[in-house]
Amino acid sequence: MDNVTSHGSVAHGHAHGHDEDHHQDLGFWRKYVFSIDHKVIGIQYTITALLFLLFGFTLMMIMRWQLAYPGRPIPLIGQWLGQDRAPMGIMLPEFYNQLGAMHGTIMVFLGVVPLAVGGFGNFVMPLQIGAPDMAFPKLNMMSYWVYFIGGVTMLASFFAPGGAAQSGWTSYAPLAVIAQSGQTIWLVGMIFLITSSLLGSVNFIVTIVQLRARGLGWMRLPFFVWAQFVTAFLLLLAFPPLEAAGVLQLMDRVAGTSFFMPSGLVVSGKALTVAGGGNPVLWQHLFWFLAHPEVYVLILPAMGIVAEIIANNTRKPLWGYKALVYSVGFLGFMSFVVWAHHMFMTGMGTTMSAFFQTTTMIISIPSVVILTAMLLSLWGASIRFTTPMLFALAFLPMFGIGGLTGLPLGLAPSDIHLHDTYYVIGHFHYVVAPGTIFALFAGVYYWFPKATGKKMNDVLGAIHFWGSFICINIVFMPMFIQGLGGMNRRMYDGGMQYAHNATLLKWNVVIGIAAWALGLFQIPFIINFFASMKWGKAADRNPWEATTLEWLAPSPPGHGNFLTEPIVYRGPYEYSVPGAAKDFSPQFEPEKA
Amino acid sequence: MNIPYTVEERPDTGLTNGKLGIWLFLASEVMLFGALFSTYIILRMGAPEWPHGELNVTLGAINTVILISSSVTMVMAWASLKMNDFGKHRLFLAATLVLSAVFLVNKYFEYADHFARGEGPAHSTFLAIYFTLTGLHGLHILGGMIVMAYFLGPGAGLWKKNPEQFANRIEVTGLYWHFVDLVWIFLFPVLYLL
Amino acid sequence: MPSDPAEVKKAVRTYMMVGAALFVFTAITVAANRLHLAVPLAITVALIIATMKGSMVAGVFMHLSHERKWIYGALLLTVVLFAALMCLPSFTMMDGIGTPAPAVGVAAENVGH
Repeated sequence: MDNVTSHGSVAHGHAHGHDEDHHQDLGFWRKYVFSIDHKVIGIQYTITALLFLLFGFTLMMIMRWQLAYPGRPIPLIGQWLGQDRAPMGIMLPEFYNQLGAMHGTIMVFLGVVPLAVGGFGNFVMPLQIGAPDMAFPKLNMMSYWVYFIGGVTMLASFFAPGGAAQSGWTSYAPLAVIAQSGQTIWLVGMIFLITSSLLGSVNFIVTIVQLRARGLGWMRLPFFVWAQFVTAFLLLLAFPPLEAAGVLQLMDRVAGTSFFMPSGLVVSGKALTVAGGGNPVLWQHLFWFLAHPEVYVLILPAMGIVAEIIANNTRKPLWGYKALVYSVGFLGFMSFVVWAHHMFMTGMGTTMSAFFQTTTMIISIPSVVILTAMLLSLWGASIRFTTPMLFALAFLPMFGIGGLTGLPLGLAPSDIHLHDTYYVIGHFHYVVAPGTIFALFAGVYYWFPKATGKKMNDVLGAIHFWGSFICINIVFMPMFIQGLGGMNRRMYDGGMQYAHNATLLKWNVVIGIAAWALGLFQIPFIINFFASMKWGKAADRNPWEATTLEWLAPSPPGHGNFLTEPIVYRGPYEYSVPGAAKDFSPQFEPEKA
Repeated sequence: MNIPYTVEERPDTGLTNGKLGIWLFLASEVMLFGALFSTYIILRMGAPEWPHGELNVTLGAINTVILISSSVTMVMAWASLKMNDFGKHRLFLAATLVLSAVFLVNKYFEYADHFARGEGPAHSTFLAIYFTLTGLHGLHILGGMIVMAYFLGPGAGLWKKNPEQFANRIEVTGLYWHFVDLVWIFLFPVLYLL
Repeated sequence: MPSDPAEVKKAVRTYMMVGAALFVFTAITVAANRLHLAVPLAITVALIIATMKGSMVAGVFMHLSHERKWIYGALLLTVVLFAALMCLPSFTMMDGIGTPAPAVGVAAENVGH
């Protein structure tokens, strides 16, 4: 007979016996593989995404060898890569381009977003709003499996004749249209991934609007939920144009149309036999219409995670909750009208250039407000330097650097010099890598006890943090120097043939070594993650003494999440309330008589 | 486990989950077709000349009338449920299904006619955007037909068990269907007439 | 949005009338096409008629005229972004920095100062 208590809880409050999923009776496949429970799905997303992050990072570690030592055989794995990728272990330019395009694609679409939204959003959000699950649990399951299929498709493209997509993650026409078959597979993979995101975003919005617990008004929501809410709208409304564009490029490649192929195009001395009349810049518009909001999809959940951890580890309410909420909403809206700052070099006139520069400058305001609010939250705080807090604290200056270095890129006169240089790579990696990914690590350490009932090891966590923090800065800081010096991106040997790169190339050795060291410092994390599940110290319901609703549920929560229907009595960050018995007043605890 | 507000409306928002969900999905569809309309604008603006009279206006107009009729039958299918007439509901839903099939058959004849003359999507940017827009629209019609067939077939059992939930599902299907009609209302003049 | 049977019965009449109106407007659209108006005027007329038809489908068939604030809000946001997607790419392309220089051979001659 199945042991009810082994799941921690069975939801009492629901009397619909004949409808209720007899969760304990589900077989292995329905319970762990094709589950409709948001927590299982969240964990599936998390583990899959972490694996893709590791794989995407490995691709970069291989690229860094070529950049540090151009033309030298790749050690260890070079011999196995095959004649068409690295004959005699020496990387071919085509393979370098594949690594570059797939590194970007995998990190953004298979790694960061699925982890930030699919993983954390799915697992934490319903718990934080006091819901038994998502509004559409079966749709949620479908979202994961469509993502999975998209991921497998992307990986399969490496084995296509001619290799994987190799026209950048941005897949600009006409180059991408005439590229090898791997590009077609990339487009099909993107369609799966976009569909997964769209289904997920509908689910998130409906869940947050409709399934909030009693007493959980909008201005009592944890900032993490607000961040996921805005992110879901970005995904919902920005992804469809890229899906359309993907279909159009697919048709250009497969059906011979010329949506993006101009007339009179000559490739390798031969005129292309296409109908012509298309517009390559159209691809860029449709791509960046998504891809700009996409970068806010990358950062917003991270800001949400950092906000939760800062409030918890400063034992103070977050500074400026209202400002944070209005800023994140405004940021989300503005993100839709700045996209052409990625296209200043496409022959844009001064009027539209001024428009996009203006909107881009305006959008920096809410970003700064959010960062400032989080920084001000530290003032006068009793900071607990837990492992999540280390990563959350590091996020702040790292995001600051990333954001500030974006300003010259958002202004056309300076962008003319910096576009397509390593400065851009430095800028966006600072925001996503020591920015978002650090926040995601923080989130893993923070919510691991809730998901598993065990705490992760702090010593391994500290090694992971300090090693990563130091190495990641050594990887990306020199890129600003390289970029300002004019070193172009996407050159398979770093640009050895250009005289102006001569003094800049040596940084590639430094960056390479730091990147490989960064890879080594992820090992403590991987060990910690899996070993703690088995041997970690047991965690109770609320090991961090936090105030938000997820800490009311058991660790780990059972099917249906809460033992009784949660009721919310106060705001999300009532720490150190004067006169209170403890230094935290959880949302779910009624006032003592 | 019961998810609240699947059938009954949440008091402060006045919505069921499905109703909000389908409207959000339709919002994303607006952006999807919007991207294709934007493509149309840009390609046409950049073209030295734009073909006229290549499409069969009569057939297009007939298809418009067919789709509008199907929208009427669809809303009647829902209204019949609200008036507790399951038989009428099935009649109207079947009529919607039949009308959609006729629409697709007409489109098949249109497409076949073009292909027979060697005018595929690769022939010109006009035909490229024509085939893409109407093709994507056609796929949406097909999707709607599959859902309708489900509710005429195995899905109909829900009416006995939970009539309110069944009516909600038909309403949600109807909203999707009206949107498909709405897209065609814009597609027809833009592609066939202008 | 009508929810009880008596209200729905009344709404049925409206559905039929709207259906008829949609047929009439379709006929008007096709007829307007026969007039062979100048392109900008033709586009304006066609879009106005289509918008009217669309509003009837949305307002009556989709019950949008009696919907909730959340739905209006989501749709308003969508309309604004749809407008941006329609207009901004075209405006950006129209606002070019000028025509490209003539072919390489010609420029080389001019450069030989």
